[in-house]
Amino acid sequence: MYVELKNIDKSFGSFQASNDVNFGIEQGKLIGLLGPSGSGKTTILRMIAGLETPDSGDIYINGVRVNDIPAGKRGIGFVFQNYALFRYMSVFDNIAYGLEVQKKSKEEIKDRVSELIKLIGLEGMEKRKPNQLSGGQRQRVAFARALAPNPQLLLLDEPFAAIDAKVRQELRSWLKDMIYKIGVTSIFVTHDQDEAIEVADEIIITNHGRVEQKGSPLEIYKHPETPFVAQFIGQSTILEDCTRLNGFAEVKPGEKAVIRPEFINITRKDEVQKYISAVEEGTIEAIAYRGSYFEIKVRVKGILLTTTAVLEDVYEIGEKVGVLIYRLYIFDEDNAYLLENKAMVDINSVFI
Amino acid sequence: MSQTNKAIQQKSTNSNAKGVKVLLISLGVIFIFIMLVIPMIAVITYAFQDGLKAYQEAIFDPYTIKALQLTLLATVTAVAINTVFGLFAAWTITKFKFRGKQLLTTLIDIPFAISPVIAGLVLVLTFGKIGWAYDFLNAYDIKIVFAVPGIILATVFVTFPFISRELIPVLSAQGTDEEEAAALMGAGGFNIFRKVTLPHIKWALLYGIVLCTARAMGEFGAVSVISGHLRGKTNTLPLHVEILYNDFQLTSAFAVASILVILAVIILILRNLIEYKAKKAGEK
Repeated sequence: MYVELKNIDKSFGSFQASNDVNFGIEQGKLIGLLGPSGSGKTTILRMIAGLETPDSGDIYINGVRVNDIPAGKRGIGFVFQNYALFRYMSVFDNIAYGLEVQKKSKEEIKDRVSELIKLIGLEGMEKRKPNQLSGGQRQRVAFARALAPNPQLLLLDEPFAAIDAKVRQELRSWLKDMIYKIGVTSIFVTHDQDEAIEVADEIIITNHGRVEQKGSPLEIYKHPETPFVAQFIGQSTILEDCTRLNGFAEVKPGEKAVIRPEFINITRKDEVQKYISAVEEGTIEAIAYRGSYFEIKVRVKGILLTTTAVLEDVYEIGEKVGVLIYRLYIFDEDNAYLLENKAMVDINSVFI
Repeated sequence: MSQTNKAIQQKSTNSNAKGVKVLLISLGVIFIFIMLVIPMIAVITYAFQDGLKAYQEAIFDPYTIKALQLTLLATVTAVAINTVFGLFAAWTITKFKFRGKQLLTTLIDIPFAISPVIAGLVLVLTFGKIGWAYDFLNAYDIKIVFAVPGIILATVFVTFPFISRELIPVLSAQGTDEEEAAALMGAGGFNIFRKVTLPHIKWALLYGIVLCTARAMGEFGAVSVISGHLRGKTNTLPLHVEILYNDFQLTSAFAVASILVILAVIILILRNLIEYKAKKAGEK
């Protein structure tokens, strides 16, 4: 493991920001630290950087315990949430600062800074001050500044939070490409699951100072290990009692279920049903246009479910439809597991 | 009908607002005129009432020159000391988290709350003949009370909060991100201060220095207690004015006072210049 956290605890007064945090990161990976606000993700990042000191536990970078190494000597590049560019320095001086601190020669600094400015596509803006740049440009400068001294690890705190939606989309893929091009191990913090899923190779989900789950975006999406992850990821709705639904009778009392729009399929009454015994009857209660799809609320046996439909399928409010629920995440206080619709499985076995 | 009513109402509130504005402005002007402008004019006219020659004599009197020198010395030293300590105090309070921070902030403001005379008395009680530090000072032949060091100490005490008070809001508005960013790149404390913090607080610092200078030059109460009024030795300009005034040398007293007025005007011009420059720098 390239970066490793072992039994990290950290409190601010009575607030426990990190509670026995353990994880490891492989070299060259792009990691997303995902969690709701106050879940301790930024604290983890700041402890790795050396801006906060853990109360107990060890942090290793490249096999070396760095707890007692000051922030400036850890060889870390850090991109702050609001960039923290030096506002009285030009773009050039901002990027050059880290190299000047290392007492590099004038030519060396000039070459490296020019190379980075070219990389971030801000040629001709070397002399501008940060407040003469757009949000996206500032972010690029912050990125270049962090990379200038060739850090062994790049940390980014909510790198896209301060940028408007359209540019954010663009910057996400730009940043991902850049990090792969340079090959630097990176960790970024975000509260936006779309961002984490799109950008990260691996996601670490935090909640109440604990690491809930670590895995690839697909693993986390498909196999949530804890009730929190099941509810946090995706567009999830919680069902208090799902035993009423066809095919889920074996769910034990006390267990709840998480359902996502993509678990549900609705069909017209007159369409041929593949899994007749699994299909429920539902009534459409609301239809909302979402740009590229419809969001449909449908009531089945008194339970209100949310699903989506393509724009070609036009339904009407009050229309009776067939509702097929493929699967549910079942969870109690400690565990979460995926449960396929039993009624569907039974039919399949008959065909085989 | 109601339309016109509304229009009339609108007009009357508008003229009301205008009336208030005119009233407030004239009140302000009258107040400033009576409290500030007339006394200033009085000082200058009194100073020249016996002609230019008498004015020159009062100004170039050796005791006046000595007093001016001492005032300048005390001011420059006190401002230098307070600049250093003000910077340290403001930096400590805004960039670190620690217990008792609120207490420290309050302590810095003490000179604002305490009457300068009491500040002078405290210094006399500490360093004077009855003070606890007297034996020690005497052993090393250091004189503080009724001597120049005492005057400087008193000036430092009274003007202590000016610079840190100007710096604290600016520094806390800036936050610690930029310094953290610099520290992460391995920069040392002095480099961070010089390259990152100083450009940011430059104008506030200059402004604080100007205010501190103005206050230090005019300081009377604390200095009066500790100086002992030794002419040519421990007399500052304000003290000298008082002595002349008590001797019924009114012309001389006002002539010397006019020096302080001129210095104050210079400082005010500097102050406005700094404010203008700072605004321009902020807009850039």
